[in-house]
Amino acid sequence: MNALFQYISTVFKGVGTLLTGMKITGKYVFTPWNNVTQQYPENRDTLKMFDRFRGEVIMTHNENNEHLCTGCGICEINCPNGSIEIISKMELTEEGKKKRAIDQHIYHLGMCTLCNLCIKACPTGAIVMGQNFEHAVWDRSKLTKVLNQPGSKIAQGVKE
Amino acid sequence: MGFNIYDFSGMTHNMHLWFLERMSPTATTIVEWTIIGVSYMLFVALFGLFLVYAERKVCAAFQQRLGPMRVGYWGLLQTIADFIKLLMKELIMPKSADKFLYNLAPFIVMIATFLAMAVLPFAKGLQTLDFDIGIFYVTAVSSVGVIGILIAGWSSNNKYSLIGAMRSGAQILSYELSVSLSLVTIIILAGSMQLSVVVESQRDAWFIFKGHIPALIAFVIFLIAGTAETNRGPFDLAEAESELTAGFHTEYSGIKFAFFFLAEYINMFIVAAMATTVFLGGWMPLHFGSFESFNVVMDFIPPLVWFFMKVLGVIFLIMWFKWTFPRLRVDQILTLEWKYLLPINLINILLMSLVVLTKFHL
Repeated sequence: MNALFQYISTVFKGVGTLLTGMKITGKYVFTPWNNVTQQYPENRDTLKMFDRFRGEVIMTHNENNEHLCTGCGICEINCPNGSIEIISKMELTEEGKKKRAIDQHIYHLGMCTLCNLCIKACPTGAIVMGQNFEHAVWDRSKLTKVLNQPGSKIAQGVKE
Repeated sequence: MGFNIYDFSGMTHNMHLWFLERMSPTATTIVEWTIIGVSYMLFVALFGLFLVYAERKVCAAFQQRLGPMRVGYWGLLQTIADFIKLLMKELIMPKSADKFLYNLAPFIVMIATFLAMAVLPFAKGLQTLDFDIGIFYVTAVSSVGVIGILIAGWSSNNKYSLIGAMRSGAQILSYELSVSLSLVTIIILAGSMQLSVVVESQRDAWFIFKGHIPALIAFVIFLIAGTAETNRGPFDLAEAESELTAGFHTEYSGIKFAFFFLAEYINMFIVAAMATTVFLGGWMPLHFGSFESFNVVMDFIPPLVWFFMKVLGVIFLIMWFKWTFPRLRVDQILTLEWKYLLPINLINILLMSLVVLTKFHL
């Protein structure tokens, strides 16, 4: 008798779990406005990527052409496949002391796996992930970028 | 010719008389056969293509995608483009295949599909054959298709094809039982196996409402077993892509592959049409006892529309199964049939007999 009850409860449990699954997929099919597909070339003007999307590494500059990079090279050390090269230079501060600063932050997009380790490692938050995803170029050399803009300098008060 | 969208029997009768006036009875028969054959072939080709498109769209919706969107408006011409591509592809045959059987197999599958379609009542008077053993006939010819699948797997001389065909054989033979028994449940209620009579006796209430719980259980079992019989959904282990490349039709290409593909989708239509005819009232409109005005409005919708609305609803349900449930193992499939569906079905028949004996149904 116990076996019979077990059998019947198996049947009902089985049907119940199947209905749970159908409820979940049914929710998907009846809310088509939640679809994730993007009609890409058509909606190029309105397409907005998700915040979590990693397109490329960029360095943020404020309106005075100032960035936050101190040239410490931690991102270069953390990069697993050597996509980042830091070329630093020595600058004289206002007090007349010598201080290291960034000369060129070279970023090889063609080698980058967008793993996000450099951004996590950056002590000053100078580099972030950009949202641009249209990286196709005719020449491979165009994938090597200098992230700090020409003539830019470090913002006031950024410490290593 | 007297075209009436609510009753086609007058039209077909007038057509018959019109032909008889102009030619001999033999020629009339041949012409009528040709017309029916061509219309069935057109229906299979067009509805098969539509079902492939619908499957891709429904599958996409279940996975929060859009599906084909580029060819034609909302991708409507996508399957036609695919079909043209299939027609132009080379027919490849394995070197050591059994040539005769290899070429024969797609036709057997297709013929079984056409045979089963012959008795379906699309609307009043729109039924090619009206046997008094209609339901029995459908269950009989629908199992002919598995011979084609077995031949295809055997003659391809490919181990994956053979494994797929054998799995399909074991599966269809088992689930044939459940399909038949769930139909027997309704035959008890209807008192007839003739499909036109079955539809006609659902005029006041569909069998799924008339037979209370036993009919509902029989409907669910029929849907499960029917899905298994078409090698679809969670029961598609005959063509389990991850294990057997494509199962029994691995070695087929071009139009022969298209035959298998089309037959699979039309078989799904046949299962849905049988579920509609036997459980959901066929082409009968939805009637609620004494709501006169509601019934009149429902009567206004033509039977063909009713039939296809119900069929597409059942097809959507079958697709829902396919895109929700994971594929079963071979032993799980056989356990489900022999340990669960079959005993439940037998008890269900007993229950239905009690309901009919005590005249408990509506």
